[in-house]
Amino acid sequence: MTSAAICEISGRGIPLPGDDIDTDRIIPGRFLRSVTFDGLEAHVFEDDRQQNPKHPFNQRKYHGASLLIVGRNFGCGSSREHAPQALRRWGIRGIIGVSFAEIFFANCTAIGVPCATVSAEDARWLQETVAAHPELELRLSLETMTVRAGDRTIAAQMPEGARRQFLEGTWNSTFILLEAGEAIERTAARLPYLIGF
Amino acid sequence: MAETLLEKVWRLHTVRELPSGQTQLFIGLHLIHEVTSPQAFSMLRELGLMVRFPHRTFATIDHIVPTDSQARPFADELAEQMTVALVRNCRDFGITLFDLGSGRQGIVHVIGPELGLTQPGMTIACGDSHTSTHGAFGALAFGIGTSQVRDVLATQCLAMSKPKVRRILVEGTLPRGVYAKDVILAIIRRLGVKGGVGYAYEYAGSAIEAMTMEERMTLCNMTIEGGARIGYVNPDRTTFEYLRGRPFAPQGEAFERATRWWQQIASDPGARYDDEVRFEASTLQPMVTWGINPGQSVGVTEPIPHPEDVPEAERAAYWEALEFMSFKPGQLMLGTPIDVAFLGSCTNSRLSDLRAAAEVVRGRKVARGVRALVVPGSEAVARAAEAEGLHEVFQAAGFEWRKPGCSMCLGMNPDRLRGREICASSSNRNFKGRQGSPTGRTVLMSPAMVAAAAIAGEIVDVREMLP
Repeated sequence: MTSAAICEISGRGIPLPGDDIDTDRIIPGRFLRSVTFDGLEAHVFEDDRQQNPKHPFNQRKYHGASLLIVGRNFGCGSSREHAPQALRRWGIRGIIGVSFAEIFFANCTAIGVPCATVSAEDARWLQETVAAHPELELRLSLETMTVRAGDRTIAAQMPEGARRQFLEGTWNSTFILLEAGEAIERTAARLPYLIGF
Repeated sequence: MAETLLEKVWRLHTVRELPSGQTQLFIGLHLIHEVTSPQAFSMLRELGLMVRFPHRTFATIDHIVPTDSQARPFADELAEQMTVALVRNCRDFGITLFDLGSGRQGIVHVIGPELGLTQPGMTIACGDSHTSTHGAFGALAFGIGTSQVRDVLATQCLAMSKPKVRRILVEGTLPRGVYAKDVILAIIRRLGVKGGVGYAYEYAGSAIEAMTMEERMTLCNMTIEGGARIGYVNPDRTTFEYLRGRPFAPQGEAFERATRWWQQIASDPGARYDDEVRFEASTLQPMVTWGINPGQSVGVTEPIPHPEDVPEAERAAYWEALEFMSFKPGQLMLGTPIDVAFLGSCTNSRLSDLRAAAEVVRGRKVARGVRALVVPGSEAVARAAEAEGLHEVFQAAGFEWRKPGCSMCLGMNPDRLRGREICASSSNRNFKGRQGSPTGRTVLMSPAMVAAAAIAGEIVDVREMLP
């Protein structure tokens, strides 16, 4: 059993300018008091949205968007998977940014949300273009590693391991890890701290 | 060939190379808590899978527990539900839980080390970004999300890419009043909050070698705030002496054998690093943050930098931080009035942290109007502190002496800032809204500096208050 291959994400964009946007801002801690991820989408960027009526997630014109365009170090801080879960449940299927925090990137990968990086100039251009033309269809291709926006094609990057997980449909890694079978126990059997040194 | 600790431990735990090119890495120790595990257990049940190595996962409850009364059921129904779920999941899957009142409960990154579960040469994962703390022992320890918690429960493995290694040398002697917290804040200020992405940090040099295990934990704890998922210190005699006799550490002959192995897994002299940076301990001073990420800090005698003096790419973030905090460029943090003083968190809630704060507090009073609380990191820390009378020192001064938990670090339990309060905090994150009020303001500093601020009612230089 594998997860579905993800080769391409297309849809409208939502720009979120700013660097170092942490996962506490994506989903504040008080909403983590739950044993499920249900309903998190209602609280995505809750505090930022309260403080800024013009926050992109408050703007009707971006509703239905599936590609989020961010700046540097997006998703830094807490390892809470609730952050990508909230974004995904809101409708985000892929994220394009200048750079991503590592745990956030891994969490997105694990739930099938590709994070691709582009240059700072291209990220700014995409944000401005989407703000001016929210109806514009964007297309992130993991096969060609490009972002297509109107008649422009932008080069994008992603670590090869994660890219292949998406293309091969192994981003939900439980089953691929289980395929190692007894090799897992054999590894355990050579660890000094598991065999009494 | 000379190798780093990271290379040795990574190779030892490699189950196989995955088709994606990543490594299938065996996880030697898995720690769980109530916030990031319930959905993972649900996924496991849906898939009909068992926990593969139930004896290598240990649980505690820390994030959502109240720290005043811990009587069950909790007043917060959601917190109660999460607690019930954790107890049931641990029972159903055969996992050891260090529950409230067991004598072993506490913040997950405090109890792992103090129980001797955390040991050199291990791979350690936990659904919490501050898992880097355990790197203090020469383990590869890192935070993961809930889907990865599921993977570890089901397979005891993760799909990972090997990071590069940056050696951070801190040489010399720390001046009085300057602590491990100040060292890591100074490191993050220089290297940036994203400088560590793709790297593991190896901390070395004479100042690190001179540190106690608790100081090394503080240092490694905040590694993630610098963008690196893993931070570690090579194991040495200090590490071994800390572990000797702890409940889950090897005993007797096995301890001697373990020590020999632990020595071997340290980085070899002449190992190659992808990058190296140096800090001079004697030049450091007490640090305070002025902004909304842990890289936005200054020495307590330095003015807040002017956004026009920083690289253009960072300017907007500086202005945003100043506006949120209501500070001005060029202003000194000294003299900033505080509303709350918080001593606690996985960064600074261990016995030595409480002792350092008590040294400042002893015989003094918390300033009028300041809400001050001390939250020991674990039941064991609380017991040890009470045995030497630290709780009385704090209470006599006007601090509240609370029960163990994550408390006001993260706004998931009743301990929260209100409105725009400013908090002098020994925790790890000054993100907007982090301490539970969307507009609350956090100033990160060492426990001694928090104690000094509580007494003065404003940010002061603790060096002037030490005996």
